[in-house]
Amino acid sequence: MAAEKAEMDALKKECDALRTQIEAARKAVNDSSMSAASGGATAVGRVQLKLRKTLKGHLAKIYAMHWSADSRQMVSASQDGKLLVWDTFTGNKLVAVPLKSAWVMSVAFAPSGNLVASGGLDNICTVYNIKAASPKTLRELDAHTGYLSCCRFLSDTEILTASGDTTCCLWDLETGKQKVIFTNHIGDCMSLALSSDMNTFISGACDSLAKLWDVREGACKQTFSGHTSDINAISFFPSGNAVITGSDDCTCKMYDLRADQEVIGYQDTNLNAGVTSLALSSSGRLIFAGYDDFNCHIWDSLKGEKVGVLSGHDNRVSCTGVPADGMGVCTGSWDSFLKLWN
Amino acid sequence: MSGSTNIIAMKKVVQQLRFEAGINRVKVSQAAADLQQFCLQNAQQDPLLTGMSSSNNPFRPQKVCSFL
Repeated sequence: MAAEKAEMDALKKECDALRTQIEAARKAVNDSSMSAASGGATAVGRVQLKLRKTLKGHLAKIYAMHWSADSRQMVSASQDGKLLVWDTFTGNKLVAVPLKSAWVMSVAFAPSGNLVASGGLDNICTVYNIKAASPKTLRELDAHTGYLSCCRFLSDTEILTASGDTTCCLWDLETGKQKVIFTNHIGDCMSLALSSDMNTFISGACDSLAKLWDVREGACKQTFSGHTSDINAISFFPSGNAVITGSDDCTCKMYDLRADQEVIGYQDTNLNAGVTSLALSSSGRLIFAGYDDFNCHIWDSLKGEKVGVLSGHDNRVSCTGVPADGMGVCTGSWDSFLKLWN
Repeated sequence: MSGSTNIIAMKKVVQQLRFEAGINRVKVSQAAADLQQFCLQNAQQDPLLTGMSSSNNPFRPQKVCSFL
């Protein structure tokens, strides 16, 4: 017993020493700030986007949406038990997928446009073929022991999931089996984002940490701290060198991957609502963050200033997305509507 | 005995921290400059920054043309 306690104490001491070492290394490169660097950049001025379309059709809270790679179709998920695939140019509904479980929390479009996936409190990620005559269940990925909070396709044969069981997982859709399990978070995983080269992904969790992972090796490569509550939303900056997070602590943060630390925060003393979702414009200059205060606030990513707001929803904005061509923003809300702005 | 599983778990934490401690870090001034440069280089191609005409706007309700 005494020997075990001694070993435990030695390990704890080593942990503390390593943490101190990491903080010192971060401090050593912290020779400037984003605000200092962006002093020379022109301000973006007031960003006033107009509401172009309101998509009506869901009968209950919308929890998630995801753009297709074609920047035209979009899929939304509601706790009315349906996924709806929309043609955003016409506002028409193209496909309705009835869900076995109405408690959906996440939805994803495969890059090919052939498949969509969803999951939630059923702990299962279900993949559907929407090109068939009527939507056909392709796979039920059932191994998580907690809710499915987020899913993203790498291709028609691989998908990543994040779960309330604190793990993320890479699945093989041909076999329906887990390929890699990513363990390191100590709180529910709430969100994930895939890098454009698909070699890495980032996850945000209720342990208030964001982690960068190697997709193939399963290793956690970097950990980012600073938030004081659950991270609900996470996204890559378009260059792939930074990560933006949104949290229940009412702030968003940008972490640079190469400097291994937070470089700027986005907060406002008048903004006391949690961040539910976020998306970036194609240059990365604008951050669209959905909040519990029914609005989507727009931030200048370089200067850390609020530059606009998308108002119009009658309840929490639960999901936000910018399509690949950057031509607009979609917000989805607990008010059951999706809105398109540009 | 829960003691040894705690030790195994703790060893994993130490291993992870050792790995994270070992990475190379770039100066924040360089990182920030690169992020800023990316934004500025891509600003003209960012439709949400530059705006667009209604004929280019995929979400604008299409006006129907008819021959009178």
